[in-house]
Amino acid sequence: MFDPDRWHEIFYALKKNKLRTVLTAFGVFWGIFMLVIMMGSGNGLENAVFADFGNMASNSVFMWTQRTTMPYKGFQRGRYYNFRNSDTQALKDKIPEIELIAPRIQAWGGGGANNVIRNERTSSFTIFGDCPELQLIDPLNMTDGRFINAFDLEQHRKVAVIGAKVKNDMFEPGEDPIGEYLRIQGVYFQVVGVFESRKSDQQAEWENQVIYLPFTTLQQTYNYGDIVGWYAFTSHPDVPASVAEAKAKRLLAERHSIHPEDQRAIGSFNLEKEYQKMTGLFIGIRILVWIVGIGTLFAGMVGVSNIMLIVVRERTKEIGIQRAIGATPWNIMSQVITESVILTTAAGYFGLVVGVGIIEAVNLALLKTGTSSDMFKNPEIDFKMAIMALLILIVSGVLAGLVPARRAVSIKPIDAIRFE
Amino acid sequence: MIYLDNIHKSYVMGTNALHVLKGINLEVAEGELVAIMGSSGSGKSTLLNIIGMLDTYDEGTYRLDGRLIRNMSEKKVARFRNSHIGFVFQSFNLISFKNAMENVALPLYYRNISRKKRNHVAMELLEKMGLEEWAEHMPNELSGGQQQRIAIARALVSKPRVILADEPTGALDSQTSYEVMDLFKEINQSGITVLIVTHENDIAHMTDRIIRLHDGNIVADEMNSVRKHEPVLQPSIP
Repeated sequence: MFDPDRWHEIFYALKKNKLRTVLTAFGVFWGIFMLVIMMGSGNGLENAVFADFGNMASNSVFMWTQRTTMPYKGFQRGRYYNFRNSDTQALKDKIPEIELIAPRIQAWGGGGANNVIRNERTSSFTIFGDCPELQLIDPLNMTDGRFINAFDLEQHRKVAVIGAKVKNDMFEPGEDPIGEYLRIQGVYFQVVGVFESRKSDQQAEWENQVIYLPFTTLQQTYNYGDIVGWYAFTSHPDVPASVAEAKAKRLLAERHSIHPEDQRAIGSFNLEKEYQKMTGLFIGIRILVWIVGIGTLFAGMVGVSNIMLIVVRERTKEIGIQRAIGATPWNIMSQVITESVILTTAAGYFGLVVGVGIIEAVNLALLKTGTSSDMFKNPEIDFKMAIMALLILIVSGVLAGLVPARRAVSIKPIDAIRFE
Repeated sequence: MIYLDNIHKSYVMGTNALHVLKGINLEVAEGELVAIMGSSGSGKSTLLNIIGMLDTYDEGTYRLDGRLIRNMSEKKVARFRNSHIGFVFQSFNLISFKNAMENVALPLYYRNISRKKRNHVAMELLEKMGLEEWAEHMPNELSGGQQQRIAIARALVSKPRVILADEPTGALDSQTSYEVMDLFKEINQSGITVLIVTHENDIAHMTDRIIRLHDGNIVADEMNSVRKHEPVLQPSIP
């Protein structure tokens, strides 16, 4: 196997026709190169899309009120209604499929005018009233302090958790915002935490200018009574989110005298569905990438096989001589197969290196310039994938060599020697 | 050494079967120098191939060195061929990208002998045959006669019992042909059985026995009492 003569022979055969060897190798090179590039790009797209989800629980559901569209129990269509604190309790009590539930509310008012004031600084931010559960459903990255806790809710504390942009706008660089006060729509709140969004791009930009207040405090301070703006909840891990969603809708419809068939009275968004759509899409993309990649690789492999057939034909006489002086069929076959494997593996390895190089270069360029986009993020090739590609190469090299090798030994030695 | 009994061989070409050997009976004792003659198409090459285990036969019995050659696996045949038979061809058939010494050493490679050892053995043989100065030359740098000597050295390196030569002088001028024949005679004198296929009468008459083939049958098998060309003394062969 590792006899120098053997390698001598292989390299002689490949060197003898440099151009042909290079062109053949290019087929395999291109196949694996395309596979790597497509894989990397696919991963880039996938990373970008899933980054938009942040670290949101993939089984979360959001639910809000809309206008009714059907008359029911003496009510006319087109009626407005609100969720109430009693609904929260009812959902918790009657729907065991719900694991975490966070009633949420936004402090409207200000109408886009500056609603947050500190000393000489004023600005406009989005104000949410939230529960600690939100951190488990749609988590934020706390860079300083803490998020809202149960005591805040219980004692109606006037505390605030602010986004990174809020901190930037309302505080001096280097100033510690924790313990400081902000006047939010006329009422002073003490800052207890700073967060940064885990999402990307515009979504992150938006989230970083949010101020979170305790849900109960907000309700009371700004005169919302027991109104709940909307719900965010997650289903138990073993229950599909859509089941919990349907049950919650039925319960809320009943409690608010909404026609059971009124589909538009309660608005909802089911992240699980979106997530599954995306996952399905990427499985599809991955399958496509593999089919195209393997197809291209296969074309390269056929090229190698073809060339090996020509090589075998050119060396028919030599093979005959070798057999006449004692080479076994296996000697000849392994020679041809080794040659084919070396050709494919070397070419493929080169393709792998160039492909990974380009992917890494793109990645580096993206990181360096700080550009990020909705469509491309961290293109990458994992090690497992590279090893798999290498294995595919070796196997395809063997397969490509098999037909020519069989041809090589199928010719009778004596015919081979007579062959001109 | 070689024992053939009623050997038949036909080649199937499409729908036609070409009956090439029609019952060959032949016995060659150890140490004989035999010429096989015949016009083209007489089956002489086929016979040589069967004797050399490069081809199979359809019917009959073939024993080489007492061993029945029939239904052997390709691998076994290759091993047996490697140890018992040395081939010499009309067009020398040296491997073009190996130098003379490597060509001579090649049969030992298939016996899994280490590179160092087989090159050493090959070099020794070349020295004995007076070819050491050509050892490092590539085949295309050698004359026909030199190439054929290297090819003969290659046939001898595995210490075979039988040398089979297929028109070994066909591509050589008569002077070189005679020198090559001298070499075969020397080899024969060292105890190796030599079979030479030729269609040249003068070459055939330098052997001990002439077998004539015609249309797949042996038509004559005569001992050659008078050798035309007596060997010139040369360094001895192993």
